[in-house]
Amino acid sequence: MNYRNTDLPAEVVRYVVAPGSAASSVIVRGVQAQLAVGLAQGRCTRARPTREKFARGREERGMAERSFATEVLKLRQGAGKTFTGEGILAVTKALLQSGVAYVGGYQGAPISHLMDVLGDAHEILEELGVYFENSASEATAAAMLAASVHYPLRGAITFKSTVGTNVASDALANLASGGVTGGALIIVGEDYGEGSSIMQERSHAFAMKSQMWLLDPRPNITAIVNAVETGFELSEASNTPVMLELRLRSCHLHGSFVAKDSIRPPMTVKDAIENPVRDLSRIVLPPASFLHEQEKIAKRWPAAVKFIRERGLNEVFGDGTADVGIIVQGGLYNTLNRAMELLGCSDAYGRTRVPIYVMNVTYPVVDSEILDFCAGKRAVLMVEEGQPDYIEQNLNAILRRAGATAALHGKDLLPAAGEYTATAVTRGLSTFLHTYLPDALDGEPALLLPDDDPRSPFAVRVAPPVVQPRPPGLCTGCPERPIFSALKLAERETGQHHVSADIGCHLFAINEPFNLGATTMGYGLGSAGAAALNSQDADHRTIAIMGDGGFWHNGLTSGVGNAVFNNNDQLLVVVDNAYSAATGGQDVLSSKADNPIRSTKHPIERAVRGIGVRWARTVTNTYKVAELRDLFVQALTTKEPGPKVIIAQSECQLNRQRRVKPENAKAIKAGKRVVQERFGVDADTCTGDHACIRISGCPSLTIKPNPDPMRTDPVATVLDSCVGCGVCGANAHAASLCPSFYRTDVVHNETWLDRTLAWLRSAWISVLSGRVERRAAEFEVA
Amino acid sequence: MSSWVDGQRPITIAILAMGGEGGGVLADWIVAMGERAGYTAQNTSVAGVAQRTGATVYYVEMFPPPRGNPAAGGRLEPVLSVFPTPGEVDIVIASELLEAGRAIQRGFCTPDRTVLIASTNRVYAISERIALGDGRVDSNELLEAAHRGSKKFIGTDFMQLAEQSRSVISASLFGGLAGSNVLPFSREEFEAAVCDSGKAVDTSLAAFALGYQAAQQPPPQPTPRPVAPKREPVPVAIGRRPSGDGAAVAAAEEEQRRAVATTDPGHLVGPGLQNQAKRVGTEFPEAARSMLLRGCARTAVYQDPSYTDRYLDRVARLAALEPDPSGEARLTTEAARHVALWMCYQDTIHVALQKIRRARLAGVRAEAHAAPGQLMQVREYLHPQIDEITDTLPTRLGRWLAGSAFSRKLVARLTRHGMVVNTTSIIGFTMLWVMARMRPLRPRSLRFGREQQAIDAWLDLAVATAADDYALACEIVECQQVLKGYGQTHQHGTESFTKLIEAAATLAALPDAAPALARLRSAALADEDGKALQAGLAAIQNQPTTRSA
Repeated sequence: MNYRNTDLPAEVVRYVVAPGSAASSVIVRGVQAQLAVGLAQGRCTRARPTREKFARGREERGMAERSFATEVLKLRQGAGKTFTGEGILAVTKALLQSGVAYVGGYQGAPISHLMDVLGDAHEILEELGVYFENSASEATAAAMLAASVHYPLRGAITFKSTVGTNVASDALANLASGGVTGGALIIVGEDYGEGSSIMQERSHAFAMKSQMWLLDPRPNITAIVNAVETGFELSEASNTPVMLELRLRSCHLHGSFVAKDSIRPPMTVKDAIENPVRDLSRIVLPPASFLHEQEKIAKRWPAAVKFIRERGLNEVFGDGTADVGIIVQGGLYNTLNRAMELLGCSDAYGRTRVPIYVMNVTYPVVDSEILDFCAGKRAVLMVEEGQPDYIEQNLNAILRRAGATAALHGKDLLPAAGEYTATAVTRGLSTFLHTYLPDALDGEPALLLPDDDPRSPFAVRVAPPVVQPRPPGLCTGCPERPIFSALKLAERETGQHHVSADIGCHLFAINEPFNLGATTMGYGLGSAGAAALNSQDADHRTIAIMGDGGFWHNGLTSGVGNAVFNNNDQLLVVVDNAYSAATGGQDVLSSKADNPIRSTKHPIERAVRGIGVRWARTVTNTYKVAELRDLFVQALTTKEPGPKVIIAQSECQLNRQRRVKPENAKAIKAGKRVVQERFGVDADTCTGDHACIRISGCPSLTIKPNPDPMRTDPVATVLDSCVGCGVCGANAHAASLCPSFYRTDVVHNETWLDRTLAWLRSAWISVLSGRVERRAAEFEVA
Repeated sequence: MSSWVDGQRPITIAILAMGGEGGGVLADWIVAMGERAGYTAQNTSVAGVAQRTGATVYYVEMFPPPRGNPAAGGRLEPVLSVFPTPGEVDIVIASELLEAGRAIQRGFCTPDRTVLIASTNRVYAISERIALGDGRVDSNELLEAAHRGSKKFIGTDFMQLAEQSRSVISASLFGGLAGSNVLPFSREEFEAAVCDSGKAVDTSLAAFALGYQAAQQPPPQPTPRPVAPKREPVPVAIGRRPSGDGAAVAAAEEEQRRAVATTDPGHLVGPGLQNQAKRVGTEFPEAARSMLLRGCARTAVYQDPSYTDRYLDRVARLAALEPDPSGEARLTTEAARHVALWMCYQDTIHVALQKIRRARLAGVRAEAHAAPGQLMQVREYLHPQIDEITDTLPTRLGRWLAGSAFSRKLVARLTRHGMVVNTTSIIGFTMLWVMARMRPLRPRSLRFGREQQAIDAWLDLAVATAADDYALACEIVECQQVLKGYGQTHQHGTESFTKLIEAAATLAALPDAAPALARLRSAALADEDGKALQAGLAAIQNQPTTRSA
């Protein structure tokens, strides 16, 4: 079976490289890889801001995965200046240009950096009287928009979707019911398609169910900035919260727009607090809630449609050029235009020979605009990514109700599921145009050729099994690696356990080489995911994993509290790496760092004991694998009832190295004594069985050709990227691996004591080794 | 003609890298350079997971400055795509050879259009690293694909160039891009982008210069496929040596060595082994001599020259059965290899010796990048287990200790946490030195007796088989390959070995016994719990039982 014909989406193919025969296993692996990818990134970034003193403080702690300290200065640019930068930076500027009064959110790719930018822009926000907070969860962020219900305050929140939207949906539903006075903008980072770290669903459903409006701007910086500004206006014009969908690639898009002045909100949070207002009709409780539902249909929807039409938020191109047309989500416009360029019916500036209706607002659908566009057309193609096909269904209802004759195509010609890449759209569009408007076609891109045509870009030019998948994994030196090494070793003694995984880097443990973890039910839900697997009769305990980020997000109550209350016998491992590491190093309550604008250093162990856990241990050095293994065994065998909680603490190396590396370089330059550690493997002693790799998976621990001509299997080796974290040595000990591992300590700027000792040692060693070498020289040739 | 075909299209560049390699920085440099020259430039990536060592794609589009006024009816700015389109990518930059393969597989890199700039080093995927044996994919195949799948291939070890300049691979690749002359920008414009970024400018420019220069050189060619199945490790385009060349150098060296082994075998061993060398030169097939001489030196260093005699006696048993001694002599060569490896099993005495050799300590220094004279300490992570200790003791003492519950417990407690020995300290080195000096005790040790017995049994079987089925005998000899590792891993290997040898006896009656045993051997190395081997063995039992069937 040719795996190519299984139509795997690009995002799956990316990781899966198909060991020829069994396509099914390929798909399974692909899905696994995707899962892995997914969760890991779960949410990605770091946050917070401020004055120079603070910025410096943070740099010293090496917190930020990425600092925007210099970029945020651009936020001060005034009217007429060309603002160049990344999508998320532009969004921040657009918020300030709109007179936003407060901003909140929860980090997580693809909008993590938006939280980080806001954090780094703290000073500017304060100058303008804008309130900013790092919300405890997406639900917190969404509830924060309550400030716009009674007060004419413009507020914006941000999180990744659809996971964050799921968490926030309770608050969002209540917000949408009562409606808003001030503009309320929910900026969702749509994590869909290649590189996504979560389940593949659409945010569209949330907009529909709560009747919030959904903007889907073109991937273009100016379009995104405009969407932010008009989003607030639309929200106010229709008393409805507005969702702004930023697709994965748009968030990291580089481009420019012409800036306006940032403005101070006409009413600030302070003004609102000092002048409280309440209006019973806006509170979600019958009978008001019944009225809200009517109001959505009778007043807010028409108001929104009027605004959208009057402001021309949706665009039509190539009107009148042909009697067929294309309707496209704004976010897919650039991809569509590229497909049309390839097929010869548009050019680089979007001058199309087929009419296009661009839905920059994808909900609500404006019936009259659709009918106008479809009038006199034989056929229309709806380009709508993801499933279900909400918009297509909606269009069918509109057209049928109006008795329109245009044939509507969509998911019958385009893929029913998966990302709409240039390939997917070009192929679908080609079929559509071949059927209805062959004259418009003036090009046959190679990707339309059958895969077995030698000119096809997909013709097999490299044997599929050679291109191995490369899923993301734990970084070099990651403190989570020894946790899973220890868990694997503990299982050698206690037998296998059901492991309930969670979202965070620790989810990478489901892959090689650890293969630990059976399910992941959501951020902070590792413990809850093991709730049912609790039996007093079982002689085996369930293990749950949770990160510190997930713990504070909701795990403390949904997991630990629940386990205490229900006498759950599980072992919960809380991975505490000193901040929300997977999302980029944002502080959480238990962070070790001093943070001048947040309250940190609240130990997780105190929290779990406070909620009723009796067996809790905190390990402060996860790199001691043997000790951790023993503790796991103890927790898995103790007679103590109720949940057993182990808090495994060590700092995220990705962030730590960002701090330590420059410090060391500086110290060496300044003539201070610095010892640099790294590990190595003796090729002579290594027998090439790679047991060490199977228990670690560290990127720096790899293989190389065997230098011994008598042996053929590659030997283990340690790359220069080794940070000397110690896991190799600890594993060699804990797992009784082999005597090949060694650590080198190279001393920079040695002292006289160092030198004397070194002289003595080398003198002694050279005496002893002289005899050894003389004997060997009898037999060996140098 | 459509505007696209007509060339009114952006320059498209896809960068395939792994998280943490600076692919984003590289993309930023390209965009900055383009914008400075008036291009409309866009750069997208899928961040997040990318930062966690996974494969990722960065994508850049640059549209040239408009000539004249933009025509009516369209947008003011060119509409750029956020996805690389298969078959439409002008330049692919890959930070590693397998990622170049991925670019070809995904259709980004195509022979009609794409200039491929790829680093030829390998960063092994986890699937390649966790195999019990050799799980590496064929780098030669990747190199062939790079030639076959691109319009122009610029390849060198950009990683090594970066390390040479103490920089990162993004800088040397940027130099490679400049040196490829595919972009309409001068070297100065490239360098300006690096300078403007303001970070680690000097080292980046150094790596850039090396990459620029390397791009002028022809890329490494894949080595022609060997006619016979390969017997020697041929490191092709892997590791840190210049790819392609490494393989050629290694092959040439081996060829030379073989010639010397034929004409002057004594030249390849020390003065203490001249008699043995003479014996190799007269009694053994030519093709096996190079390997035999290696075995001689190894066994002598391991124990003493009389042990070497024993080695040669053992291999001679199989050499005598060689049907064509002037030919390939596979049985003898493989026996020369595997008998030596088994006879020099890794016990504590030998490990101690390996740790204190001068060449080893020099190699460690080099790997740690310690400057001459710079102070460096080496700490060994050792974890001797009760079995390894009793194995080294004289048979009777060892047996007593191994059998005593008290002593087992005592030793287990003493060694529970393992030990860290500083080989560069006086005490540590002396300890290891004393351990290595225990060599004369070895022949009286528990393990020695056990191993010699097992070796002879294994060779007996090979000898008995060789007359009927030469190929099967070769495979039996090669089964020694599964005996590797220490502790549990070694124990697992021993179990696999036993099963393989038992299977070999069964297989002897079947057609195609040799390839069947080879498959079983791969199965034994496929996993750690022995499932694959078990499945393979079960399959054999369901086969017809006689050759005539």
